[in-house]
Amino acid sequence: MIDVQNLHKYFGELEVLKGVDVHINRGDCVCVVGPSGGGKSTFLRCINLLEVPTKGDVIIEGVSAMQNMRYIDKLREKVGMVFQQFNLFPHMTVLKNVTFAPVKLKKMTKEQAEQRGMELLARVGLAEKANEYPNRLSGGQKQRVAIARALAMEPDVLLFDEPTSALDPEMVGEVLEVMKQLAESKTTMIVVTHEMGFAREVGNRVLFMDGGIVAEEGTPQEVFGNPKSERLKQFLSKVL
Amino acid sequence: MFDWFFDAAAGFSDAVYVSVIKEDRYTYLLDGLWVSLQLTFFAALIGVAIGLLVAVAKLQNLDSPSKNRVTGVIRKWLVGLANGYVSIIRGTPAVVQLLVIYFIIFGRLLQPVFPNVPDLAIAAIAFGINSGAYVAEIIRAGIMAVDKGQTEAGRSLGLSGAKTMIFIIIPQAIKNVLPALVNELIVLFKETSVAGYIGMMDLTKGATTIGSVAYDYMIPLLCAAYIYFLVTTVMTAGMNKLERRMRRGD
Repeated sequence: MIDVQNLHKYFGELEVLKGVDVHINRGDCVCVVGPSGGGKSTFLRCINLLEVPTKGDVIIEGVSAMQNMRYIDKLREKVGMVFQQFNLFPHMTVLKNVTFAPVKLKKMTKEQAEQRGMELLARVGLAEKANEYPNRLSGGQKQRVAIARALAMEPDVLLFDEPTSALDPEMVGEVLEVMKQLAESKTTMIVVTHEMGFAREVGNRVLFMDGGIVAEEGTPQEVFGNPKSERLKQFLSKVL
Repeated sequence: MFDWFFDAAAGFSDAVYVSVIKEDRYTYLLDGLWVSLQLTFFAALIGVAIGLLVAVAKLQNLDSPSKNRVTGVIRKWLVGLANGYVSIIRGTPAVVQLLVIYFIIFGRLLQPVFPNVPDLAIAAIAFGINSGAYVAEIIRAGIMAVDKGQTEAGRSLGLSGAKTMIFIIIPQAIKNVLPALVNELIVLFKETSVAGYIGMMDLTKGATTIGSVAYDYMIPLLCAAYIYFLVTTVMTAGMNKLERRMRRGD
C-alpha cells in the first residue's frame, strides 16, 4: 500500500538518503533500526513529505506523492505521525488535541469527533485526562495522547519517529504497550526505534538502515538471529 | 513667618482655578483624553491586523516549493512589500508619517475618492500603519519562537499551512509575546500625543489649548502628564496581572 521508490534526499551537499526502495503492505509493522545519522528519520519524514525527497517517489495507495504535491494535505490525512517530542498542542485540552484536526477538516462533526476521541483516549488509557492540558501530563501520557491524536484522523498508516527516545525509562513501557496493541490489531505501522526488544517482538519486518540505504532487511528472526553483513553484526553487538 | 507659604498656596490655587475650573476648562482635558483613547483603540486594532499579516508575509520561506508559478511570484512580491513597509515605517518619524498620510494621501491622492473622511479615522489609520510595523516584528519573533514541531504536527495531521498557522502557531505566538504587545500599546497611546499636528483635540492639544487661553501652561501640562501616567500605569498593571495568570497556565 506504500511504495517507496528510489528515494534520494540531499541536505545541501550532504546526501542523507542514497536510493531507498521499500514496499509496505497493509497490516505490516515495520521497524527501522540502525545507527544515528543513517537516514532513518529522514526516510520516515519523506513518507509524509515533511521532507521533500530530492529524487524518487512515495506511492501512497497508488497515488504518487511527488506528482500530487498540490494535494499533499489530502495525502497526509492518510499518513499519521507520532513524534519523538510528542508535539501536542499546548493551548488545547487533551480531547481538543485529538478532535481538532478531524473537526477542522470536516471529517466528522464535533459530536462524532468527541465520541471517537473519548474512545481513542480510553484505548490508550487516558480517558480521565480528557479535559486536562498537556502540561499536566507525564511524558508517557503525552506520547499516548499523541498516538490517539494521530489515530483520530483514521490514517492508513502510522509513522513513529523514535517515539520512546525522549521518555524517562519507566515510561517507555506504557507507550510500547499501546503500540504493541496497535500492531496486534493490524494497524499498518512504520516505527523508527532504538528499542530492539520491541522490534524483535512486535515487528514483522525489520529494516537496518546505514549510510543512507537499507543495508539489510528481513524478519526479526533473520535480522537479529542471523545477521549477514558485517555492519549489522557490529551494530547489534553494540546495542544488544 | 509662613507668609511665603500661604502666598504660594494662594497663587497655586489661583492657577489651578484659572487652568482647570474656570469656564469648565477641565473638559478640554477629559474630552482630549477620550479622543486619545479612541485613537489608541482603533489604531491598535488596525496595527494588530496589519502586524499579523506582515509577520506572516515576512516569514514566507521562499525556498519551499510554491503550488505553481503564479503563487510563487505573488509570495515573492509579498515578502518584498512587507520588508519595505517595515523598513520605511521604522526609519521615519511617526509625526512625519501622520502628516504625509493626512495632507498627501488623504488630502490629495484620495481626496477625489474619499472627500469626507473624519480626522479621527485618518489619524487612527496613520497610527495603525505606524504601529503595525512594530507589532509585525513582535509577532514575527513570537512565531519564530514556537517550536517547529508544532508546525510539523499540524501539517502531519493534514491541516493546510494556513490552518496550521492560524489555529496552532499564532495562538501560541500571541501568548508568548503578549507582554511585548501591551508594551507597544503603551507606546502607541503616548505616540498619539502628536495628533494635534493635524488639528485633533487630543489630550496634549487640550492641555496646550487651556494654556493659551489661561496664559499658564504649567498646570494644564502637568495635568496632562499625570493623566498619561495614570492610564499607562493602569495598562502596566493589567499586563502584570495577565502575565501572572498566564504563567500559572503554563
